Amino acid sequence: MVTYIIRRIIGAVLMLAVVSMVTFAIFFVVPRAAGATADDFAARYVGKSATEETVGNLADRLGFNDPVVVQYGRWVKGIVAGAEYDTGAGVENCPAPCFGYSFISHQPVWNDLLDRLPVTVSLASGAAVIWVLAGVATGVLSALRKGSVFDRAAMGIALAGVSLPVFFTGIVSLVIFSYGMGITAPGGSFTPITENPAEWAYNMILPWITLAFLYAAGYARLTRAGMLETMGEDYIRTARAKGLPERTVITKHGLRAALTPIVTIFGLDFGLLLGGAVLTESTFSLNGVGKFAITAILKNDLPQIMGVTMLTAFFVVAANLIVDLLYAVVDPRVRLA
Amino acid sequence: MTFLELKDLRIHFPSDDGLVKSVDGLSFRLERGKTLGIVGESGSGKSVTSLGILGLHKGGRAKISGEIWLDGEELVSASAEHVRTLRGKKMAMIFQDPLSAMHPFYTVGAQIMEAYRIHHDVSKKVARKHAIEMLDRVGIPQPDRRVDSHPHEFSGGMRQRAMIAMALSCDPELLIADEPTTALDVTVQAQILDLMRDLQRDFNAALIIITHDLGVVAELSDDILVMYAGKAIEYGTAEDIFERPEHPYTWGLLGSMPRLDRERTERLLPIKGSPPSLINVPSGCAFHPRCVYADRTGGRSTSDVPELLESEGGHLVRCHLSRDVRRAVWENEIKPNLEAS
Ligand SMILES: Nc1ncnc2c1ncn2[C@@H]1O[C@H](COP(=O)(O)OP(=O)(O)O)[C@@H](O)[C@H]1O
Ligand code: SF4
Ligand SMILES: [Mg+2]
Repeated sequence: MVTYIIRRIIGAVLMLAVVSMVTFAIFFVVPRAAGATADDFAARYVGKSATEETVGNLADRLGFNDPVVVQYGRWVKGIVAGAEYDTGAGVENCPAPCFGYSFISHQPVWNDLLDRLPVTVSLASGAAVIWVLAGVATGVLSALRKGSVFDRAAMGIALAGVSLPVFFTGIVSLVIFSYGMGITAPGGSFTPITENPAEWAYNMILPWITLAFLYAAGYARLTRAGMLETMGEDYIRTARAKGLPERTVITKHGLRAALTPIVTIFGLDFGLLLGGAVLTESTFSLNGVGKFAITAILKNDLPQIMGVTMLTAFFVVAANLIVDLLYAVVDPRVRLA
Repeated sequence: MTFLELKDLRIHFPSDDGLVKSVDGLSFRLERGKTLGIVGESGSGKSVTSLGILGLHKGGRAKISGEIWLDGEELVSASAEHVRTLRGKKMAMIFQDPLSAMHPFYTVGAQIMEAYRIHHDVSKKVARKHAIEMLDRVGIPQPDRRVDSHPHEFSGGMRQRAMIAMALSCDPELLIADEPTTALDVTVQAQILDLMRDLQRDFNAALIIITHDLGVVAELSDDILVMYAGKAIEYGTAEDIFERPEHPYTWGLLGSMPRLDRERTERLLPIKGSPPSLINVPSGCAFHPRCVYADRTGGRSTSDVPELLESEGGHLVRCHLSRDVRRAVWENEIKPNLEAS
């Protein structure tokens, strides 16, 4: 078990290293290969009006003329130990973890990300609670009443849930519940949970439900399929033969086994969402990481784009690591692997 | 009063292709301390019968009729909830493949404790002690350590021992073992059968051993019931079945029986043809398409369903051949052949 944990942690760290290299390569090596010069890079940091000389100077100062490996090393060092950017006009300070410094917003990228994270974390975790509970419960009931009216209705709705895009369901629910009935927030506002939990929930409820609907549908289908499979297993028959009440057979023996693959998928989904729920955040005008990413791309703010990419990668890798560890707790056979 | 008695038990499953008559009029009796072997090819309805006795078809699609009397109680008409409380305690079951029959996520000990604690209001500690005792009883070395192992950490034979420990944990009065050794290799098979014989003596339970292999029940059974297409076709003491079998299907089973004094692969004479569909059961005697004696009954084998009739002293046979013909064929044609091979 201990070796399993150590192996997974080493694996996760290696994975992050690889992701950082790939990210770096995409933003710095590939453009080079496509013909971009050091000055082209520097030009992005000072705006279009700068003279060639200023740009050339800046390219030197920011190190765009150094070998790629040195640049990568400097970038990683910034994440670990912080960095300083000498633009000639002054020194911009970017403390660790320095995921780059935006010369457009004149802010370390990390500060911006920290501002947005509470929104995205609130959105993702609230939605996750709803979709896991609703999805799994629906899936279990559907499986136990396979072919019933409930099953067919639930699976019909689930199909809609999987196929309808968030901006559609989001806008429809905004029109109905916020503008029509006036019982939910119209979007665009966020209150930290630490300030006012009730208002936090009031503002988030519609985005939660909209996002949860998308995922709950998939989880319901997955749970249903998993339950149908496990309830046919021999060990379920054994559990019944022992004289266990049916409720115990379903939850302790059936659901326990059916949940394992769902835990895996959940880790991936949740990790990815923490890197920004782009569509939901845009639909409800929430200033989360996803919206930040979109803005960064529109502004062509390279350090910001790289920062978001690394953050998302970090969440996905971390979520995967947690899932791997959870998996070993849930399924003892995994510990041998 | 008979401890267990089945009267004309029928278990039919509606399906898209028609009614599957898995068990079709089965009757037998079994006393405490006695062992009944139920033998038949795969698909003859043995497992459906055992699950039926445990009440595990209740609430499903199965159509069940007839009577199952257990210690003075009728179970077919009893409520599902009542039969559940008898399961595990009054009657228990051992399944064929212990790897798939045990939950992969729980320790062996936890699964035995669970079986014990449904029927006994005891603390986890007491149940754990009991589980260790049971593991010891079925011959698992270092039971206080193995109790915390998962099924996949056991060998096949050890797993089946653990399964037996689980079934016996509440001291059941009726124990049904459905192909308990089929998934095991030959040497382990013998050990498990020995164990079951010892335990049955200790526990004085009524034991039903289900198998497709007559060799498995040869030494253990007091009585043997041979099943074909959901019906009993021959029933008698172990001696009746091995010394003077009267049904052509039983002869076939005897011919295809693997024997320890013979190489496993050598000279097995499988019964020609395959088991019949249980939806469109052949007319007359269900065995007639595969029976080489069907033409000796003046056409009755294909037109009339034979009755299960007494041949002598409780030995029952379902065949249109007259008793004298059956005995003559056995003595002159079958027995010498089996002995020669
Ligand atoms: N739940 C079920 N629904 C429909 N048919 C079934 C069901 N269970 C068993 N059967 C059918 O009943 C027949 C007898 O099965 P079974 O009792 O398992 O045979 P065996 O003698 O090998 O144990 C088989 O043809 C099987 O397909
Ligand atoms: S009744 Fe006819 S077909 Fe059936 S076993 Fe007897 S001889 Fe064979
Ligand atoms: Mg079977």
